[in-house]
Amino acid sequence: MQLNQLLRNPRLERVFVTLLPLVAVIAALVLGAFMLILMNADPIEAYRDGLYEGAFGTKNAVADTLIKATPLLLVGIGICISFRGGVINIGGEGQMIVGGLAATWLGLEFRDASPDVMIPACLIGSFLAGAIWGGLAGVLKAYFNVNEILSTIMLNQIASLWMGYLVRSVLISEKQKNSASPIPETDRLPREFDLPRIGERLDDIYKFFGLPSDKLWATTLLHNGIIIAIILAVLVYIFLWRTTIGYRIRAVGKNPRASRYAGIQVKHYVVLSLVLSGGFAGLAGGIQVLGVRHRMNAEGGAIAFTGNAGFNGIVAALFGKLHPLGTIPAAVLFGALLVGGNKLQRVVQVPSALITVLIGLVIVFVVGSDIWTRRRTQRRVSVDGAGSEAQPETEGIT
Amino acid sequence: MPNAKLLPTGQARIEHMEMRGIVKRFPGVLAADHINFDVRAGEVHALLGENGAGKSTLMKILYGLYQQNEGDIFLNGERVFIKSPADAIALGIGMIHQHFMLVPSLTVAENVALGLKSSRGLLLDLDVVTNRINDLAKTYGLHIDPSAPVWQLAVGERQRVEIIKALYRGAALLILDEPTAVLTPQEVDDLFVTFNQMVDDGHALIFISHKLHEVLAISHRISVLRDGKHVGTVPTREATKQSLARMMVGREVLLQYDRPPVEVGPPRLQVTDARAASDQGTEALRGVSLDVRAGEILGLAGVSGNGQRELAEVIFGLRPMTGGTINIEGRDVTGQPASILNTMGMSYIPEERMVDGVIKDFTVAENLILQDHGLPVYSRNIFLRPGAIAQRCAELIQNFNIRTPSQETPIKSLSGGNIQKLVLARELARAPRVLIAAQPTRGVDIGATEYIHQRLLDQRAKGTATLLISEDLDEIMALSDRIAVIYEGEIMGVVDRANASIEQLGLLMAGVRQETTAEQSA
Ligand SMILES: Nc1ncnc2c1ncn2[C@@H]1O[C@H](COP(=O)(O)OP(=O)(O)OP(=O)(O)O)[C@@H](O)[C@H]1O
Ligand SMILES: [Mg+2]
Repeated sequence: MQLNQLLRNPRLERVFVTLLPLVAVIAALVLGAFMLILMNADPIEAYRDGLYEGAFGTKNAVADTLIKATPLLLVGIGICISFRGGVINIGGEGQMIVGGLAATWLGLEFRDASPDVMIPACLIGSFLAGAIWGGLAGVLKAYFNVNEILSTIMLNQIASLWMGYLVRSVLISEKQKNSASPIPETDRLPREFDLPRIGERLDDIYKFFGLPSDKLWATTLLHNGIIIAIILAVLVYIFLWRTTIGYRIRAVGKNPRASRYAGIQVKHYVVLSLVLSGGFAGLAGGIQVLGVRHRMNAEGGAIAFTGNAGFNGIVAALFGKLHPLGTIPAAVLFGALLVGGNKLQRVVQVPSALITVLIGLVIVFVVGSDIWTRRRTQRRVSVDGAGSEAQPETEGIT
Repeated sequence: MPNAKLLPTGQARIEHMEMRGIVKRFPGVLAADHINFDVRAGEVHALLGENGAGKSTLMKILYGLYQQNEGDIFLNGERVFIKSPADAIALGIGMIHQHFMLVPSLTVAENVALGLKSSRGLLLDLDVVTNRINDLAKTYGLHIDPSAPVWQLAVGERQRVEIIKALYRGAALLILDEPTAVLTPQEVDDLFVTFNQMVDDGHALIFISHKLHEVLAISHRISVLRDGKHVGTVPTREATKQSLARMMVGREVLLQYDRPPVEVGPPRLQVTDARAASDQGTEALRGVSLDVRAGEILGLAGVSGNGQRELAEVIFGLRPMTGGTINIEGRDVTGQPASILNTMGMSYIPEERMVDGVIKDFTVAENLILQDHGLPVYSRNIFLRPGAIAQRCAELIQNFNIRTPSQETPIKSLSGGNIQKLVLARELARAPRVLIAAQPTRGVDIGATEYIHQRLLDQRAKGTATLLISEDLDEIMALSDRIAVIYEGEIMGVVDRANASIEQLGLLMAGVRQETTAEQSA
């Protein structure tokens, strides 16, 4: 109970609560270290030469980390909106898929149009597709009382099946269609539609200032998506805390009853939360297509396309305390874990499942610490009227 | 304590509990400033003070919900450390919070058993619990059916369950934080019978209330807090309402108002034959007709639970009507949502302000703009105007004397009464054309009560049509121009205040209709 004594100081407590996610990550890594030892691997080597080196060791590694972080961040800021609006969107996977399909279809259908038009058009199209997919669950929840957790999970399934069907039929490339054993994939989108690489832009800037070209960055695959995502995170922050619509979304999320009394159309905002949340996940799908894959491929199923970002984005958002700005470092952290985890596995020769376990541990610790802080604050909530949530009444009764 | 006497519950008595030099700091507030407080077995010690004076904080320290920064607690002369409610319960201290913490879907017995060790290990021992509940109920006049699910119980009954729960856990010292705020006068009387019985048996009780007559009726000693400081402790027999009010507020409080005659205008709110169902599906409104005119306060008296809440909700478009119409300034608004009514200058101070009136995780400023955040004062296009909001909120906080460290404080850390004041400030400041005020002074201190009453009269002078829903007949009599009485979803009669007597209203409230008190229409 030393800790509790220490935390009586409000300022110390605030610092502690902010740093808690990091503590959780470190705790998870320590536990992971024991598992590595059990598997006869050297944890220091694994973490230093594997995890860290793999995620941040070279410019390419950093680029890779950021590429992986991009969809996590986009899904994550959508999750910030929906969770703040009191809606639990588990449908990021499906929303990403329909977003990816929309971008692919637009890009292939109008392959001769100017990229200046088509890149924004594909991205907006993917946003809209995801928004519709999320909005569907929103309408079901608001007007038919269908639990959004169930409906979004089912919509994931539907989107995944749809992808399989479309990529095998209407969207399949001419070449594959005519081959004897066709691979289910679409044509590659025109190269002009690829999201610009950041390195190329940096080179332009260097050149402008008369500096020598930075070869290394120029060759990384890092595309503009991360910049788009960060700008959007800032915009969503402003949206949630500085606009009337964001205010209403948060009000409905915290207390739908009082919101209704205040004349807020609660149902509209439930739908809107899911529309926006789905939109950002859809955009994540669109950016995956334009920035990384340049086509849809149905071979590995949904996960091969999304890389689980629809789910991991939720974790990133929770890690970022459901704050769009907090989600930025959180997404980078999880991107790093994913990329570094691959290297770790190669360096110390452990099964890839260990990486999943490690990420799982981080999640458990983060969520656990979150519950812990919430309990703590709840205990301090005034009870004579100011606090009505579940109270610690039964907590220590023996 | 070998020779300590036992209570009928088998628990050792707490002969003397003493808190010495208690200090509690919250960010920006000194909630308790070296407070001394004590209570003995066999007495009711009342704790008085304005909203935010620190009453609840002091009691939460005693119950282990908060830890004091300085000061000590002694039980029977021995220093104790209370780190959690579990510690408090183990020491024989129980607390009844104003907001009950029962699980609605469980029965009374299940609620009492919740979190306790069963006498049969893993098997439930509900029959044992039931017997014991019946014993306790008999001893203390707490009539309750142990097998009834809690959601079916009225507020007063739920409170009895809470008290039984505390007694079951062996409370020798019971803290009651504003237990009467939500009770009808009859229920308060019943509760006091229980209190007296407990005190006779040697329990120690701490009682918090803003109603001076209750404090004078039940307590043996009274302590007054102001701004976190202990102002004084007096024996109840030496105290009067006036002297207590002076100690609390630091000035005279009159609670009597000038009601200058106001030109009464055309009807602004007309309810015709309103019918609606309650949450449980029973008929809550059975053809209610009312009209409230500009510049008039219509008091709606009645024991709560007779359809008042449903009436307010149908007027405000929050509950579907099964029949009848609502007219605002001649316009039929039957079935219109609250969003439309808001724009028509309607304001509603809901009775359950903690749930319906505020968002607890939002800041003070965010709560003050709950309806009006979309108006040009607070936003341009879709962007909120933080500067304008801050300025306006500062005025409201100042005018209504809302005690808060800052506008950015989440309101869940405000004192109960200050949250109430915040809702009142917001609704009254909207200069409503039609105002529905349900129990507007419940839970607020007497200084604030006086201020709120004055504001309601000011609004009346400005032509607002006010429907004042209150259980407090003194409040109704002090403010209303006409008084309607509701009983089981029907209006029993409407009388002019000038001709109304408390006895007559009491009869109407009990459902005795007087044909002679025909509806007044000017
Ligand atoms: N959890 C908390 N965090 C921060 N400040 C708090 C907290 N609880 C209470 N306070 C502050 O402490 C002061 C005393 O509050 P307290 O609830 O004890 O008042 P009270 O006397 O019970 O008032 P009321 O009659 O309104 O219930 C208030 O200024 C309040 O804002
Ligand atoms: Mg209080």
